Amino acid sequence: MDWSALALSLKLAFATTLLLLPLAVLLARPLAWSNFAGKGLVEALVALPLVLPPTVLGFYLLLAMGGNSTLGAVWHGLTGRTLVFSFDGLLLASLIFNLPFAVQPIQRAFDAVPREAREAAWCCGLSSWRTLWRVELPLAWPGLLSAIVLTFAHTLGEFGVVLMVGGNIADETRTVAISIYDRVQAFDEPGAASMSALLVAISFIAIASLNSLTRRIGKGGQETGHEF
Amino acid sequence: MSSKSLCVRLRQTRPIPLDCTLECAPGELLSLVGPSGSGKSTVLRCIAGLHRPRQGRVECSGTVWFAADQGLALPPQQRRIGMVFQNYSLLPHLSASDNVALGLEHLPAAARTATANEWLARVHLEGLEQRRPNQLSGGQQQRVALARALAREPQALLLDEPFSAVDQVTRRKLQQELARLRRELAIPIVLVTHDLDEARMLSDRMVLLHHGVSLQTGLPEDVMTRPANAAIARLVGLSNLFEGRIAAPCASGITSLESLGLHLEVAHNPGFAQGDKVSWVIPPEGILLHRRDRPARGDAENPVTGLVAECLAFGSYTQIVLLPEGGELPLSFSIPSHVAQRDGIAAGVAARVSLLSQAIHLMPPEKPE
Repeated sequence: MDWSALALSLKLAFATTLLLLPLAVLLARPLAWSNFAGKGLVEALVALPLVLPPTVLGFYLLLAMGGNSTLGAVWHGLTGRTLVFSFDGLLLASLIFNLPFAVQPIQRAFDAVPREAREAAWCCGLSSWRTLWRVELPLAWPGLLSAIVLTFAHTLGEFGVVLMVGGNIADETRTVAISIYDRVQAFDEPGAASMSALLVAISFIAIASLNSLTRRIGKGGQETGHEF
Repeated sequence: MSSKSLCVRLRQTRPIPLDCTLECAPGELLSLVGPSGSGKSTVLRCIAGLHRPRQGRVECSGTVWFAADQGLALPPQQRRIGMVFQNYSLLPHLSASDNVALGLEHLPAAARTATANEWLARVHLEGLEQRRPNQLSGGQQQRVALARALAREPQALLLDEPFSAVDQVTRRKLQQELARLRRELAIPIVLVTHDLDEARMLSDRMVLLHHGVSLQTGLPEDVMTRPANAAIARLVGLSNLFEGRIAAPCASGITSLESLGLHLEVAHNPGFAQGDKVSWVIPPEGILLHRRDRPARGDAENPVTGLVAECLAFGSYTQIVLLPEGGELPLSFSIPSHVAQRDGIAAGVAARVSLLSQAIHLMPPEKPE
């Protein structure tokens, strides 16, 4: 069992979820409620990681974050570290390939919040920010929960992009998924099996608890959650 | 109008046509009446700041909330309004008390719950403070919504069809409660409703709205019995609408009208000259059924004889349609059901009625000559 890979995967999954959630809320809100020019374009861009082969996404990310790229240079200037083949770069890539998994459930949940609920809050004098906290998030939280669980589980399991952007550096970019591949390559079947079983268990528990939680909310008389 | 009035002027052609002017004084209840789709709710939303019209001005208590020519449009948060939505829009995840407290965020956190509960008590919901909206009946939900709207101590109260989502018994009760409560409120109140009887019962004045245009404003009694034209007469449900011609004024204070093959005496209306074509209406309450056995003094007034074409009992009153002799146009009116029974009024029976001259209302002709 490669414990350092598991720890790295968990660290990446927590960091991605924590950083992506507020970003996704900010992005999903206008997508759900406004009709701005280019909305279809933004939606398509957000959904792109769902359909692109991870290698393609990884390839472009590699180009965008490499030492010769503006982003890579700026990052190096700021932190003294490189983006590619580092945890920082892995985290950035992870934020991007998880976009649809975080944005789409939250957007659907915001869509389901009745317009009048927000209007009632405004008419009570609540600012847009207070309305978000007092009305929108409480009503949309099954969607937020889905986003959290999906992002977390998906980050644990991502392989292609991680390999392209992060490579396979122990304690820096070698996640569980990479480590499993590594074990198989090295004919260490028991090692691969135990880690695979652990990933299956974590993912299963995450999704099962999400479903039971959303169902409990559904019984509480609110909107139904997102089940898988 | 006092400086604390609500003054609204709205104009736009798209997306929904609007051409509406209204004023509502503090303590006055103004109802905005019209058929579904007439733009009533849109007008209310413009006042609340939830819809931004192309042109116009909204002013309340001396504060300009919206002025298209100055590019000024305060968001709903900055307009001190209390709004009761059609479906109440209570927040399902908050208790009744917390829903009301939503309008009290200007108070220190500690004072909110106590104040919210005081408001709930004012609308007779003591003991239900901790209930979620789905644990409350429709009538109770409406009261919570009203308490929430008032808790903010608004400068204007806006009610969007507040009685449409409850059963009839609850509706009567809530209407009576509003009639009592409004006496304590010194702010303009605008009530949107499609129910003419509700508007007549609750409001001081009413604005009749059709396709976004305010057609007539006045006392409910006036709008509903003395409409400005035939189109309005139809909108307020006056079915006794006819065409006629002014005959020679036969005596001072009386105008003579020729219509339905009859000579009718009408309270003098100087707005029309001899020979003018007119439309006229008579509200159902202006038609008196003669007692067949015992003619009374009023019977002399514009007597009309005919056959009862329809006689429908609606509980305590009976709806009669009378086909006057020689005329094709029917007269509709209602009488107490016990009177219908006593006088043996039924379909096919001959009956005599009087058209009260004071109740006959003359209007410009629908199709001018």
